[in-house]
Amino acid sequence: MQAQTLYEKLWSSHVVHEESDGTALIYIDRHLIHEVTSPQAFEGLKLAGRKPWRVGSIVATADHNTPTDHWDQGITDPVSRQQVETLDANIRAVGALAYFPFKDQRQGIVHVVGPENGATLPGMTVVCGDSHTSTHGAFACLAHGIGTSEVEHVLATQCLIQKKSKTMLIRVDGTLGKGVTAKDVALAIIGHIGTAGGTGYAIEFGGSAMRGLSMEGRMTVCNMAIEAGARMGFVAVDDTTIEYLRGRPFSPTGDDWDKAVAYWRTLHSDEGASFDKVFELRADQIEPQVTWGTSPEMVTGVRGRVPNPAREKDAVRREGMERALQYMGLNPDTPIAEVRIDKVFIGSCTNSRIEDLRQAAAIVRGRRKADNVKLALVVPGSGLVKRQAESEGLDKIFTAAGFEWREPGCSMCLAMNADRLEPGERCASTSNRNFEGRQGAGGRTHLVSPAMAAAAAIAGRFADVREVL
Amino acid sequence: MDAFTILDGLVAPLDRNNVDTDAIIPKQFLKSIKRSGFGPNAFDEWRYMDVGEPGMDNSKRPLNPKFVLNQDRYQGASVLLTRANFGCGSSREHAPWALLDYGFRVIVAESFADIFFNNCYKNGILPIVLPKAEVDALFGLVEHTPGFRLKVDLPAQLVTRPDGHGMPFDVDPFRKECLINGWDDIGLTLRHADKIREYESRRRAEHPYYYS
Repeated sequence: MQAQTLYEKLWSSHVVHEESDGTALIYIDRHLIHEVTSPQAFEGLKLAGRKPWRVGSIVATADHNTPTDHWDQGITDPVSRQQVETLDANIRAVGALAYFPFKDQRQGIVHVVGPENGATLPGMTVVCGDSHTSTHGAFACLAHGIGTSEVEHVLATQCLIQKKSKTMLIRVDGTLGKGVTAKDVALAIIGHIGTAGGTGYAIEFGGSAMRGLSMEGRMTVCNMAIEAGARMGFVAVDDTTIEYLRGRPFSPTGDDWDKAVAYWRTLHSDEGASFDKVFELRADQIEPQVTWGTSPEMVTGVRGRVPNPAREKDAVRREGMERALQYMGLNPDTPIAEVRIDKVFIGSCTNSRIEDLRQAAAIVRGRRKADNVKLALVVPGSGLVKRQAESEGLDKIFTAAGFEWREPGCSMCLAMNADRLEPGERCASTSNRNFEGRQGAGGRTHLVSPAMAAAAAIAGRFADVREVL
Repeated sequence: MDAFTILDGLVAPLDRNNVDTDAIIPKQFLKSIKRSGFGPNAFDEWRYMDVGEPGMDNSKRPLNPKFVLNQDRYQGASVLLTRANFGCGSSREHAPWALLDYGFRVIVAESFADIFFNNCYKNGILPIVLPKAEVDALFGLVEHTPGFRLKVDLPAQLVTRPDGHGMPFDVDPFRKECLINGWDDIGLTLRHADKIREYESRRRAEHPYYYS
C-alpha cells in the first residue's frame, strides 16, 4: 500500500460519502460546545424541527463569559448570564455525554476540559465552534474550528461537508534551549511562515523537538496552528500520548483500552509519505519570543528590537507595520527588553494547563511583581487544573508574589468577561491573539510564553527568562 | 439562505492585510443569542470614536471620520474590496453575519482565512479571490472613480469592471450550486442519512471506545 500521511489516514477513516468532485461527508466523533457559538445553532435546529443526531458525541462547558472571581455573586452581566443560561437550557433539553456548567468542579476552557477528561481520543474527528479546536490535534485527531451554521449541521447530521486539505509537515528537530518552550516554538513558526502560511493546509508537527514535548506542550503548538492560518495541526501518537490518556475519566478501559492503543499506534505518517509542503526549523535556534505588533506573525526574539517599517519594501506591509506600531505605542528600533508593561495575563486555551502554571511559578517563586505592573492575573484552564496547582502550592507562590489567583475560564484572552485591558494598557499575555482590541478596546497585547510572562511581571518590562532561571 | 446569482454593486475599499474577525465584530457583541442585528457594530472599534457595548443606540454614537467606510461616497456599498488573509482569527460566524447585515454580499480579496471563507458561503456571501495585480488596480480605480461599481456574475464566474475588463474567478462547484440555489446544507446532507447510519454502525463495531 502507498505510504500515507497521518492526515490521509484520519481523513479516509471518516469518509461517509464522497462526490466525484472530491466533496465528502466527514463523520464527526466529538462535538465540543460552549455558550457563545451554539445558541443560534440550537435555535436553528429547533425551528427546522430537527433532532440532534448523537448527543453522546457532545461535551459542553461554559467558558467565554464566565467571571474569574466572586463566583458567589454568579454572573452579574445580564447579557453574559443569558448566554450561559441559554447553554444550560439547551443541554438540559437535548442531553450530552458530559456537561460542565458554570461553577462545576470540572468546568473550564473547552480545549482544556476535553483532553484532561479523556474526551479527546486519538483517531477522532473533533469540532467546536471555536477556532482553537486545533488544540486537540495534539492527540492525533482531525480537530478544527467551525462556524455556527456548521455547529447546527453537526448537531443535525453528525457530519460536515468538506474537501481534503493540502498537507504540510513542519519539522522541528534538535533540543530546545533552557527556558525555551512550546509557545516559543509556535510563535517562531508563525514568525517564519506568516499568519497565512498555513492557509489551506492541515499541518503535521513532527521532528525530535516536537516528540520531546509533553502533551501540554503539543497542545500549545497545535492550538496556535490556526494563528499560522491552518485550521488544523496535529502530532502523531507515541508513548507520551498514550501515557497521558491512561486512566482519564472518558478514556477506554480493559479490553477496549488495549484495542484502542493497538489502533492508535498506527496513527502516524508512514515512512516515505509525501507532503505538499515541508518546513523545517532547528530547535536550538529558537529564542524566547515576544510579539511587537497586532498580528502573531509580528514577532521577534526577546533580544531583538522593534522593527523599522522604513526597511520594509512592500507598501501594504509597510503601512501595516506603521499602523501596528502606532496602535502598540512603540518606536522603531526599540529593544524589546526596554518595553515596560502594565499588566500580565497567564491563562487561555494556549497556556493555562498545569505545566504552564508550573513553568511560570518556577520563575515567580520567592520574587515579587514589579510596582509598575498593576495586575498580574493567573487564570487556570479548568477546575481540575486549579485544584492540581493548589495541591502543589503554586497558588501560594503566585499570591505571595502579588499575582491574583482566579477561577477558570477564557478570561482576558478575549475579554468577554470583566477581565480586560483599559485603552493604552500594555500586557504580557500567554494567550494566542494580539489583534487590535482583542484584550479590551485600545489594549496592547504582547504574546509570550508563561515563563516569559512571569519574568516580565517581575522585571516590569520584557526580560530574557534565560537570565532569570 | 438567500440565493446569489448576479450582483451589480457599489464597491467600498478596506486597504489592509490581515483584517481579523475581532476587528470585523468585537467580542462584546458576541454575547447575543441571535443571528441578526450585528450590522451596526461591524468594524465597531474603527468605525466609532467611543467604545461600543451591546444595547447602545448606535445611531447616536460619534463616527470616526477617518474610517473609510464612514465616507459618504461608500454608503450603500455591497462589495467590499480588501487585501490578503481577510477574516483571520476566530471562527465566529458573527463576522459574516455582521458584514451581511451591514449590506455586503461580495468580498473581493487577495486571499481569505479558511474558516471565515467557509462561513461566508453558509450565509449567502460570495468571497472572491483575485490576483494581487487585479486587486491593486481595483484599489486605484475605486479611489479615483466616485460611485465605482463592479458586476459580479456567479454563474459565469466573472467580475467585470465598468470599463469592460473581466476578471474570472474560481469557485468550488458544490458551493457555487448551493449559493445559486440558496440551498440548506443540512437538507442536502440528510439525503445521505442511510449512509451516515451505516457508517456509524460500522465504526461503533470497529471502535467501540469512541461510543462509550
